[in-house]
Amino acid sequence: MSAEPTTPQAAIRLDRDHALHLLHEMVRIRRFEAKCAELYGAMKIRGFMHLYDGEEAVAVGVMQVLTPQDAIVATYREHGHALVRGISAGAIMAEMYGKQEGCARGRGGSMHLFDARTRFYGGNAIVGGGLPLAVGLALADHMQGKRQVTCCFFGDGAVAEGEFHESMNLAALWKVPVLFVCENNLYAMGTALQVAQSVTDLAHKAASYAMPAIPVDGMDVLAVETAAQTAAAAVRAGEGPYFLECRTYRFRAHSMFDAELYRSKAEVEEWKTRDPIATFAQRLKEQGLLNDADVASIEREVAREIDEAVAFAEAGTWEPVEDLMRFVYSERRTA
Amino acid sequence: MSGGTPIVKLTYREAVRDAIREAMYKDARVFLMGEDVGRYGGCFAVSKGLLQEFGPARIRDTPLSESAFVGAGIGAAMGGMRPIVEIMTVNFSLLAADQILNNAATMLHMSGGQFNIPLVIRMATGGGRQVAAQHSHCLEGWYAHIPGIKVVTPATIEDARGMLWTALEDPDPVLIFENNTLYNMEGELAADAQPVDINYARVRRPGRDISIITYSASLFKALEAAAVLAGDGIDAEVIDLRTLRPLDDKTFLTSVAKTHRAVIVDEGWRSGSIAAEISARIMERAFYELDCPVERICSAEVPLPYAKHLEQAALPQAETIVATVKRMVHSHG
Repeated sequence: MSAEPTTPQAAIRLDRDHALHLLHEMVRIRRFEAKCAELYGAMKIRGFMHLYDGEEAVAVGVMQVLTPQDAIVATYREHGHALVRGISAGAIMAEMYGKQEGCARGRGGSMHLFDARTRFYGGNAIVGGGLPLAVGLALADHMQGKRQVTCCFFGDGAVAEGEFHESMNLAALWKVPVLFVCENNLYAMGTALQVAQSVTDLAHKAASYAMPAIPVDGMDVLAVETAAQTAAAAVRAGEGPYFLECRTYRFRAHSMFDAELYRSKAEVEEWKTRDPIATFAQRLKEQGLLNDADVASIEREVAREIDEAVAFAEAGTWEPVEDLMRFVYSERRTA
Repeated sequence: MSGGTPIVKLTYREAVRDAIREAMYKDARVFLMGEDVGRYGGCFAVSKGLLQEFGPARIRDTPLSESAFVGAGIGAAMGGMRPIVEIMTVNFSLLAADQILNNAATMLHMSGGQFNIPLVIRMATGGGRQVAAQHSHCLEGWYAHIPGIKVVTPATIEDARGMLWTALEDPDPVLIFENNTLYNMEGELAADAQPVDINYARVRRPGRDISIITYSASLFKALEAAAVLAGDGIDAEVIDLRTLRPLDDKTFLTSVAKTHRAVIVDEGWRSGSIAAEISARIMERAFYELDCPVERICSAEVPLPYAKHLEQAALPQAETIVATVKRMVHSHG
């Protein structure tokens, strides 16, 4: 990768409440997903499941700058985005259990979390398939004169898809309000970026479509938040789309079926020294913004939330089989 | 049509254009986007003049990015608009197959009923114009395989004019297939023509001896055949399916119960076709009504060739329908 990620920390004046909030959100995702992995092992959760360990700073940093009116389009690795956006942990866990109390009534599972209330347009499990939707959601806002942002998350794998290039072009051509957030974790499943791309500087590709595109240190929640702040402000002001390439790393396997033959343990360990949670906590401690009691309090609160989520999912109910054919077509006649 | 209603003469193309224009006036959320719909006036001149009338925000020329603009249509529909997406031809729709199958058709179900897609996609379909194997597909039966979308095939001027608004009012994605050989067809229509349903088949010609079940441009070949057969004393009933998903079983099953013979005329390829589906439904639900086996007249299973005589040989023709019906009626009288 050529361009160095920007880390505009000087721009941030961090207050203690906000710092604790960011840390809390990242810990929520990490612990929630550890529980998901455990429940997968216990066969409570089935199907495909993709964990976000190591990438938490991206979702947490970006979500800080979005309003409730903004829309989110995410990928199949979206538990963290859904949690931070405000879908309850219980509804997410129940969805993974396949219960009708889930945020998609158990019709979607881990890869397809949806929530109309928070304008969360899903977990899309076709790599690149969410980008055109985001352009369309933004086009609708643009045509209706709404100053809203559609925030579209996708991975480095999507950059190889035609839909990426078509969507970049269309968004820039029509100047629609999309914030594109590329979560570059260096691997499309098991294929390394340099094995798949002739040009590995992904921001450079987006920039070729005439939109602002910057690389960001995706392991640094403050760097992400700051970059997203600037980007969202520009998008909201009607300047058209904006592209953030958040350079990050997935600590766990691609999915629950991945033997990780394509990367070395040493590489993973090296990236773990940049763990977004540990490094942020360390920095806060050094600045006197965090103490051990705070950490214990966050862990306690998160553990309680997860326990409640699991209890909610366990207590959830199975949708009657008679309902199988529902939601193929709308149950109301007119749009 | 009542006696006092003025009648206008127009082409199928003009009927579609009038339908788009009316929808644009009726609902500010409606807009048209697709390749060459604006400055060029539409590949088949359907949208000619609409750019001047409605401006570039609502008549949107797109780049040649089928996946992006179909996906953008889905997103815009979820975002509160009522897009009409034009895909130049069904062949190019394959470049947007991901968006149609994986997003438009699934979103409502995957989201547990939260996000419906009130989107209309129009596209030209069919062979017969010597444009060879990559521009002559007839894939509406193939799209009808997919739960979550509706597939409509207007054959008549009335349906070309009236189905669009009904499709736009539908809360779910509707694909409208316009057979490219129909655009120049002229017909008459009430000046105040109203929207029509997209749920039911129609008996276009009542008859006693055999049910010819068809849709889209093949309707006119079936009607032509029926006229010839009438001269030979065979009274054929011709059914226009109009909508391939959901399929209106009742109309053709009722017809078969009356005529006791059925032939399906389908411009799609035979294997795995909508004709195969209809045949199966007749076997399942009207087997004991039949005096002879159900037959199918489909396109030959070949990529459509350029040479006119070969292309015509590959497509269902009125002569084939006549010969098939005569054989069925006479050998199983």
